[in-house]
Amino acid sequence: MTPLLELTGVSRRFGALTAVDDVHLAVPAGARHALIGPNGAGKSTLFKLVAGSMPVSAGTVALDGEDVTGVSEPGRARRGVAQTLQHSSLFLTQSVAQNVLLAAQRRHGSRTSLVPRRQRAARERVAELLTDVGLADRSDVPVASLSHGERRQLEVAVALACEPRLLLLDEPAAGMSPAESRRLVDLLRALPGEVTVVIVEHDLDVVFALATSVTVLHLGAVLLTGTPDQVRASPAVQDAYLGAGREALFTDTAGGGRRAGGA
Amino acid sequence: MLGWFDANLVSILNGFAIGSLLFILAIGLSIVFGMMDVLNLAHGALYLLGSYLAVSFVGGTSSWGGFLVALGVAALVGLLAGGGLSAMTEPLARRPILDQALLTLGVSLVVAELLSIAYGNDVLSIAPPPGLDGSTSVAGNAYPTYRLALIGLGLVLAVAVYLVVERTSVGALVRASVADRDMVSAMGIDNRKVKIAVLGIGSMLATVAGVLGGPVYGARPGLDGTILILALVVVVIGGLGSVTGALIGALVIGQVESLGRALLPDLASFILFGTLAVVLVVRPRGLFGPKTLAGVR
Amino acid sequence: MTATEKTIAVADPVTGPTGGRRSGGVLRLLPAVVVLVLLALVPFVVDPFGTSTLSRVLVFALFACSLDLLVGITGLPSLGHAAYFGVGAYTAGLVSIHVTAEAPVPVLAGMVAGGLAAATTGWLAVRNNGVFFLMLTLAIGELVFQLAQSASSVTGGSNGLFGIPAVRIAGEPLTLPGYVYWYVLAVAALGFAGLWTISRSPVGAVLRGIRDNEPRMRSVGYSPFRYKLAAFVLAGAFAGLAGGLFAAQVRLVTPSEVGFELGALALLAVILGGAGSLWGPVLGAAVVVLVRDGLGPSLDGHGPLVLGIVFVLAVYLLPRGFAGLAGFGRLTARTARR
Repeated sequence: MTPLLELTGVSRRFGALTAVDDVHLAVPAGARHALIGPNGAGKSTLFKLVAGSMPVSAGTVALDGEDVTGVSEPGRARRGVAQTLQHSSLFLTQSVAQNVLLAAQRRHGSRTSLVPRRQRAARERVAELLTDVGLADRSDVPVASLSHGERRQLEVAVALACEPRLLLLDEPAAGMSPAESRRLVDLLRALPGEVTVVIVEHDLDVVFALATSVTVLHLGAVLLTGTPDQVRASPAVQDAYLGAGREALFTDTAGGGRRAGGA
Repeated sequence: MLGWFDANLVSILNGFAIGSLLFILAIGLSIVFGMMDVLNLAHGALYLLGSYLAVSFVGGTSSWGGFLVALGVAALVGLLAGGGLSAMTEPLARRPILDQALLTLGVSLVVAELLSIAYGNDVLSIAPPPGLDGSTSVAGNAYPTYRLALIGLGLVLAVAVYLVVERTSVGALVRASVADRDMVSAMGIDNRKVKIAVLGIGSMLATVAGVLGGPVYGARPGLDGTILILALVVVVIGGLGSVTGALIGALVIGQVESLGRALLPDLASFILFGTLAVVLVVRPRGLFGPKTLAGVR
Repeated sequence: MTATEKTIAVADPVTGPTGGRRSGGVLRLLPAVVVLVLLALVPFVVDPFGTSTLSRVLVFALFACSLDLLVGITGLPSLGHAAYFGVGAYTAGLVSIHVTAEAPVPVLAGMVAGGLAAATTGWLAVRNNGVFFLMLTLAIGELVFQLAQSASSVTGGSNGLFGIPAVRIAGEPLTLPGYVYWYVLAVAALGFAGLWTISRSPVGAVLRGIRDNEPRMRSVGYSPFRYKLAAFVLAGAFAGLAGGLFAAQVRLVTPSEVGFELGALALLAVILGGAGSLWGPVLGAAVVVLVRDGLGPSLDGHGPLVLGIVFVLAVYLLPRGFAGLAGFGRLTARTARR
């Protein structure tokens, strides 16, 4: 079967620095794939290469068998790639609902209309999404007055409003309270099976609660791709990712690992 | 070919003279924006101020004394005006850079109106200094000596600016801060002092260019806009913050203005715009502009 | 119509500034209708000079609003917008002289010409952001100005295009200032309505999104270039419409109608009024015209001096006027720093 996302020899260089080095990756449709690795491993750069906001230096990116290496970022978005960004990136002067509507009207509305439209389908979808992410009662609030956690939730709603086939989540739980990140995990788990999710996340609770497969990046290169259990068991990963003496994080239960990591 | 060259020699020389003047103007505009993020739309008005100073000190009677005094006063006025602009834009430092551009636009409207109140709306001419007010024979064509001197001065200035920017420590600071705007403060230098200095020198170049251009263009209301546009086109073509770019841009636009107007008078504006369009299609940041980082368009 | 719309509006789960629009539509239109009626009554109570001054205000206000579509709503500060006003004015004048002065042919021709001129030059300008856009539009505007001056066989050069016949309605020329005023009011009102409609439409929402956060719009799947070009062309078309009205009202078009100063004054009107709101620039335009034409004669024709001072003060004292530009400004600073 054709993988939904396939990276072949993808590299990205900034002058002498190679941020992403010959990455091969195949994510099957419907997968919940996590990218982990220490800071500076090239995770965010790799995301940009997949989303198309940065061109590759070498290699190809294929989406459902179609080579999209030369396709622009909006073009990839129209082919079903949606993303949340590491740093909240929203339309600050507009309300929560309008933020989501901008994304939703591309799929459900009449985005090229020059006269006002009711956009009923798009607005219903917006209400649905806001309920899903837990912002239903905040829909008329300007984004500027949302809390950090709420903005992350809104980011997810905007990305989902694109009706993606491939959802790229860059640290969606960063800065969220435990309750908020539990809610996020529930939301992502409830996503329909045809949505493929690739997630970069530091919170390993979130990663192991969601992921069906995990890729570990180290210094821009793939160290290992496997199931969560394989990754936990791999000594190489433990060395690279955590350094010696912190194996507890992987051998413990996920919940215990988090406490160990914080200790 | 040689015949064509001969027939258009005067136009080509005029192009070099315009180019010299434009280089002096554009280098000021370019460095101020490149280093300080201030798009100084009052640059044209400062040029006009210089020209009117030349009218006051030189006027129709040719004299070296008057011309040199005009240059000195213009340089001083330019430095002060730059300091003033720097102080005026300081409260806007935290605001969008567009606000600073709009402020200088307002200033330029005020300055141009004050000049028109003081000097009237007629076209005033300025005599070149003695010895330069005649004409010289260039390959059989009589050509105004002053313009030849202007071309020479432009060349000298271009070499001087190039040497300062490429070979001195001050130049290194300039290049570093064009490349990275935070560099100045990172090196522990007071950003405000640098801004005053840069705007002062940039404005001084504009007023001095006004005196130098006086014997060629005279002084009249509306000249500020024309000059500003030409300088902007040079900067856009050459690339912001680049000395080489300003020089090449000034030479190209000088020739386009002069030869274009001589050969195809009706199409001159189109040729100017066409040049701009072609350069920007091929190199969106100008010929010698900083390369765009991919993904941060 | 109202009954079904009301039920839908109630069922409408998302209420926002645009969400509640339909149900309150009639009420919301009420102020506009009142203003329109009051303006229509002006010729009965005001002398001809006052009436024609108000005509000039309307024309300039429509022009300023068209610029606001670019500056306030799309976040593209243009200094060369007068080019499209001028193209519209010359086209309407030429059509009136050589083809027909029958309304609304000249103004529509002006509108089309303004849009076409914006399309042919805009694709170059909207590739760039912030200060680069400002510089390019300035250059484009100046080049069109020089064209208007040099192509004297068509435009009359610096003497201007004169001898423009009065607008005709059903063959009857409008000569009294009151009739001309009503014609200007009617067309300008349609123009305002058009701009308001666009700003409330889905495309208007996309343009605001581009103003606030262009990279995000890209990632959501919009190509900002297309929308910015569309905004540029629409703004040019409405500027052309305003120019056409100018030709009908003044019946003389000179190169200064294309010039840098007119574009700068329109930008001043937008900033004074508050970029992004369409009614704000109308007020700003009124102030600008009243200062220029009302104070101008008593200042020996140096109204621009006052306007320049107002401009400087507005930048310092009315940052709220920049409310619409705030998001754009942050972006500019970021992209300019590369």
